Amino acid sequence: MNRRMVFYVTGQIVLLEAILMALPAVVALIYGENCFWSILATIAVAVLLGLGLTLLRRPKNQTIYAKEGFVIVALSWVLLAAVGALPFWFSREIPCYVDGFFEMASGFTTTGASILTDVESMSRGLLFWRSFTHWIGGMGVLVLMMALLPSGSGRSIHMMRAEVPGPIVGKLVPRIRDTAKILYLIYLVMTLIEVACLLLADMPLFDSLIHAFGTAGTGGFGIKATSLGGYNTACQWIITVFMLLFGVNFNLYYLLLIRSFRPVFTSRELWVYVAVAAVATALITGNILSMYDGFGEALRHAAFQVSSILTTTGYATTDFDLWPTFSKTILLLLMFIGGCAGSTAGGLKVSRLLLLGKTVTRDLRRLVHPRSVGTIKLEGKRVEDPVVRSAGAYLVLYFALFAATFLVISLDAFDMETNLSAVAACINNVGPGFALVGPAASYAAFSPLSKLVLSFAMLLGRLELYPLLIAFLPRTWMKD
Amino acid sequence: MNIIVVGGGKIGTTTIASLVAEGHDVTAIDHNSEVLTELTNVYDVIGVMGNGADCETLEEAGVDKAELVVAVTDSDEVNMLCCFMARQMGAAHTIARIRNPEYNDRSLSTMKQHTGLSMAINPERLAAEELYRILRLPSAVKIETFSRRKFEMIEIILKEDSPFVGVPLSELRSQFKAKFLICVVQRGESVFIPDGAFVLQGGDKVGLTASPAEIQKLLRGMGMVNKHARNVMILGGSRTAYYLAKRLASGGNNVKIIEKKLPLCDELCDLLPKATIIHGDGTDQELLLEEGLKDMDAFVSLTDMDEQNILLSFFASAHQVSKVISKVSRDELGALAQRLGLECIVSPRKIIANVLVRYARALENASGSNVETLYKLMDDGAEALEFNVKDDPRLVRIPLRTLQLKPQVLIAGILRNREAIIPSGEDVILPGDKVVVIAAAQHLQDLADILK
Repeated sequence: MNRRMVFYVTGQIVLLEAILMALPAVVALIYGENCFWSILATIAVAVLLGLGLTLLRRPKNQTIYAKEGFVIVALSWVLLAAVGALPFWFSREIPCYVDGFFEMASGFTTTGASILTDVESMSRGLLFWRSFTHWIGGMGVLVLMMALLPSGSGRSIHMMRAEVPGPIVGKLVPRIRDTAKILYLIYLVMTLIEVACLLLADMPLFDSLIHAFGTAGTGGFGIKATSLGGYNTACQWIITVFMLLFGVNFNLYYLLLIRSFRPVFTSRELWVYVAVAAVATALITGNILSMYDGFGEALRHAAFQVSSILTTTGYATTDFDLWPTFSKTILLLLMFIGGCAGSTAGGLKVSRLLLLGKTVTRDLRRLVHPRSVGTIKLEGKRVEDPVVRSAGAYLVLYFALFAATFLVISLDAFDMETNLSAVAACINNVGPGFALVGPAASYAAFSPLSKLVLSFAMLLGRLELYPLLIAFLPRTWMKD
Repeated sequence: MNIIVVGGGKIGTTTIASLVAEGHDVTAIDHNSEVLTELTNVYDVIGVMGNGADCETLEEAGVDKAELVVAVTDSDEVNMLCCFMARQMGAAHTIARIRNPEYNDRSLSTMKQHTGLSMAINPERLAAEELYRILRLPSAVKIETFSRRKFEMIEIILKEDSPFVGVPLSELRSQFKAKFLICVVQRGESVFIPDGAFVLQGGDKVGLTASPAEIQKLLRGMGMVNKHARNVMILGGSRTAYYLAKRLASGGNNVKIIEKKLPLCDELCDLLPKATIIHGDGTDQELLLEEGLKDMDAFVSLTDMDEQNILLSFFASAHQVSKVISKVSRDELGALAQRLGLECIVSPRKIIANVLVRYARALENASGSNVETLYKLMDDGAEALEFNVKDDPRLVRIPLRTLQLKPQVLIAGILRNREAIIPSGEDVILPGDKVVVIAAAQHLQDLADILK
């Protein structure tokens, strides 16, 4: 493996993080908060670390093969969270470093699970940084780097493939740098539109930015103990719509931009996604109708919670842990579905489930008609057998890791519902679960071991399992 | 520029590699998903799976916005159809690889007319032309011609005892009483554009420009063997061999082709009455010796197997054949063979890629002083470009001495009224001239790019 190149790119990522941290530093300066110095110290650490990794070992051979791509992505994300946690630790706003790492892993992976018991007492600069990591992590930091720096070779597609979620990752335009630029531009513009909408609905600027970041990355960090419960209904509806929008495959937005409408309206994944959201909202509305006064309010809460959980954002307008079991079960199932491939959402992804569903149908037909030949099509295109097989393997691996995490977590003596929903919420990058980790509670009660394991579950979920596993296999690092 | 390349075979891959290196936005079409995966993994291109002649595939590849469509699948017919469709659907220019000799005569002009094909490329014929040029001047490694052979650039490898060695370039011209210019030198891995104080060493690969007559004079002066290769042995009866043998035979040379397959031998016999066709296994060294390998002026190895070509070329070199040329398609093998001592290697893929790169560059600056000819020199370390000069006040009627040129750029020749001028500091460029420029380590798009 080309270790030098791995360290070099990882160093670049850490430098990029240092640059991005300038933004929360400015915020802290505006509000005149002490956390400015902790952020500044972190920037210094990040710059030193980044320079150390990039300058000392400038690689001659800049080729990135698939293996290097996976390892770069995994290492970068772990380092991002590790460095990102420093200002919380330096400023003593989160006294324990493991808690800070959990918070940042949750931030970058756009999970939104928090160990903070009193979020309203945090400084604004750090709150901004916490939510800003959602925005960075949503589209991916390596993609950002590719958009900013000229790419060395075409092989950097391996990094993009490792970072962008979905069973098939393609480019929008021939050049990877242009693809990354287009993705980030769409992302930025949509975020700005959301900020403008929220401002129009009378949300303060700081809150609008925080919630726009949280929605765009489908993260879910808020700044109020009640999440979005305290804001007016207009804000809640705006966020409902934008959460759903950010859960859609970004390629479709690009197609809309270049005025090619047909593939967008015939996209199976999009329609299944919309249908799932609509059906779940309808069922929950009916189920919780008696708890709220009027159909309108029930619908608003149902729609908000459904789009929040389906897109794995994790905002809440009400404590859905108090809902009837039927509604909670629907929400738990939605966690696993997640958004569309190529969006900022987590979960298994609608397209992967569609693919698996079609495989099952084909195999059932084969049992009845053993000689029947079936090809699997997605969006009108034949899906090659390796992709189909890898979707199946992904599912197996997913549940194996799910089970392992669940087992370790159960060492903390909490009830099954808490543990199960905590693991589901972390590995699918949702954030809040049920019972002790419900929307009104936090992950603070878990032991440090559980927090670390859950942090890795979040990273596994965001990077779609493989990069992290490959990076931690000793064989990857041996000479071959 | 948006370019679509249809077909991801050997030529397609090389084409894609060089077009991407030129900075174009390339879309690759192939019907094989594995080929596409490999292409998109290695090069910064987007892949579209499907038949390149199918209108839906072309639409998906964005043919209406493509400035150039290059069809290089292994089927002539698909290439033609693909270019026809692409042209109908809005592609600005189309280039098809058409290799079958039957399509390359009258039918080609009809086709160009009716399908709007911009250019047909025939890799075998282009390779044969390059081989022929080298055989005309066997002491050179490579010969590139500009402006219909009014001006040539030859690459030679200097021996330790060459009279060029150890003399500063500024004194060479007077010493040899010939008008020539040494414009590029490759030493080891590095490529230089030398100035007057540069001193050549043995083992250097040198590119020099002059008119053909001056080149003859110069080579005589240097005492280098310099007669046409009269007796040529060609191994393998491929299409390249056919084109080459035809050119050689029509020039009155003795050509001997050795081919393993009998039907192919019969066919070649029909097509090339003047050539001697031998049916036999060319890898059989006894056969080669029996057929008079030792008396040959040149040995050209053109079988489909790169490895075979390389090995047999070494065999021929060992038997004192003065000129040995081998066809090697894979770049890495070519470089290896060169390091092992084979001087003269011809790669059809590279030739095609150069033609396409040149075409794309000419398209990009149709308004300015556009590229007429482009050659990659010294393992792609430098380029020789021929420009048509337009009336550009920054360039014309200014003595070359006062032009502020970029480093590593050299004006190697000016062609005015069919006459080649080896420029000195007093010469000026006039509108309507053709100018040959040598540049190392940069991509020139327009003649004005040579200025700082």
